[in-house]
Amino acid sequence: MSAPSVIELDGVCTSFGGQVVHRDLSLQVRAGQIVGLLGGSGSGKTTLLREILGLHRPDSGSVRLFGVDLNEPDVVLQRNLRRRLGMLFQHGALFSALSVFENIAFPLRELRCLDEDWIRRLVHLKLAMVGLGNDHGKLMPAELSGGMVKRVALARALALEPELLLLDEPTAGLDPDRSQNFVELIGDLQRELGLTVVMVTHDLNTLAGLASHVAVLADHHILAFGTRAEIMTVDHPFVTGFFGADRRKLL
Amino acid sequence: MSDVPRLRVESGTVVLSGPWTLAEMLPMLALLREGLDKVPRGVRHWDLSAVSRLDSAAAVLLWRAWQGTWPGSLAIGDLHRQVIARVAELPPEMPPPPTAFVHLPEFVGRLLFKAAANLRGMIVLFGQLLLDCLYLARHPVDIPWREFTANVYKAGALALPVTALVGFLIGVTISYLSALQLKSFGADLFIVNILGISIIRELGPVLVAVLVAGRSGSAMTAQIGVMRVTEEIDALSTMGISRSIRVVLPKIFGLTMAMPLLVLWTSAVALLGGMLAALLQLDLSLVYFLENLPRAVPVSNLFIGLGKGFVFGFVIAVVACHFGLHVKPNTESLSANTTSAVVTAITTVILVDAIFAIFTRQIGVPQL
Repeated sequence: MSAPSVIELDGVCTSFGGQVVHRDLSLQVRAGQIVGLLGGSGSGKTTLLREILGLHRPDSGSVRLFGVDLNEPDVVLQRNLRRRLGMLFQHGALFSALSVFENIAFPLRELRCLDEDWIRRLVHLKLAMVGLGNDHGKLMPAELSGGMVKRVALARALALEPELLLLDEPTAGLDPDRSQNFVELIGDLQRELGLTVVMVTHDLNTLAGLASHVAVLADHHILAFGTRAEIMTVDHPFVTGFFGADRRKLL
Repeated sequence: MSDVPRLRVESGTVVLSGPWTLAEMLPMLALLREGLDKVPRGVRHWDLSAVSRLDSAAAVLLWRAWQGTWPGSLAIGDLHRQVIARVAELPPEMPPPPTAFVHLPEFVGRLLFKAAANLRGMIVLFGQLLLDCLYLARHPVDIPWREFTANVYKAGALALPVTALVGFLIGVTISYLSALQLKSFGADLFIVNILGISIIRELGPVLVAVLVAGRSGSAMTAQIGVMRVTEEIDALSTMGISRSIRVVLPKIFGLTMAMPLLVLWTSAVALLGGMLAALLQLDLSLVYFLENLPRAVPVSNLFIGLGKGFVFGFVIAVVACHFGLHVKPNTESLSANTTSAVVTAITTVILVDAIFAIFTRQIGVPQL
């Protein structure tokens, strides 16, 4: 394992109003890994993603992305760091006042280096990637169905083709066909660009089709982290309960 | 990272190497584009085999440098070829999205239609309110007392400090400015008339209306608007609860009840401010002021003021609820409707005030 580590969490503790969410949580994700983050409802998976993004500061412990501490005060450094990652929020978090096209073009425009033609081509490329046509670009987020919101949000997260992609429930709300396409799409991108992906998911098909590694979040910390085969051997009530009879499917 | 995207031309072949991704290209974008532009037209051999990573932004850049056709010979890995192939599948010309050009008559016409639609919406809301009242008269169990009292508390009791502060300061200001003028005419005693009539009849109600429109009106629009955006209103209807009875009606009646009380309170505090300023400026004792107030200001002025408060409260709440119910599920619409609600409420209040002034011109004016 010589690949540089992309995410390093060390001794992270988090609590909300006295209720402990994470206690001494550590995790190291290396470049090129696709990590599926598992955990029961309310076990703090989304909170963990928010901490990796720097949206929520843990009570103690350090979060490092690409070797840079998120508490570093340098604004330009932090901005450049954010450009290297993309996030797909659980409910899309599209800018409701902008059309689909403008939503995807937004991160590209913010670079202030690309010309209009270049941006248009890239946006159409991303739309095609997630299986949407040119005409969808004119729609407003409020006019989209739940699955389309998700795909547009993914297209926006991919707009800068980030090195690190964080996905919160990416295939929830997609039909099986679409979610299979999604899995293939992420897999292709990963091979082409050497992406690192961290995803929260409950969908075993997504996990089996995509994840190279699995991290299990239970009892306030990362209970187990390893390849899919390694995780199967873990004997813990959550792991056996989660996979149950579907264990073989994952392997 | 020492590895950067590189481009060099050697013996009729363009050789690209390094990571060609947006992030890596950004610091040296001008340099790379210049390099691509400088490639002689005759060169048809491209060697991309040393490229470690190629993303779609770089693919678009290359495709444009190739002017939309594959070069004569291309050495490239399969994965990277796919990336460029995807760009090649795009239509060659990307028409810019059409920009809507609006003519002036069209613009004015749209504004008129919008105003008409808003007026219609408010009339519909008023009609709905009457129907709800009829329903509640027949089913008194369904009267939303709890929501009603909550609204009286929020729009009324919580507004007491700010209305008092503003009222007091306005009272002091008017008294002080009038006293300067009256002193020069030797008509000091008329300060009671000026303050009494202007505050009780006119300033108190209008001042409170403007404050409440900004404070409670905008809050109502935003609250109903967000409830629409988050589909809470729809959740209410699926439980068989009428949104107009549970959400709109308590707001409108709550504010209608709270406003006259706020007007009374603000007028009283404003008069107190005026009295204190008169005491300091004109040496007019508080006792004299209070004894002469009923003589100078007929009691009907107080009723006109309270009546105005009643009507203003109703108008503000109806306008606020109307705009709240017409928020579309996006942030732009929410902010636009909240602005419209406050502006329309204040304008309507001033309009209604003018109508009041015309129809009550015979009433309550002291005969000297």
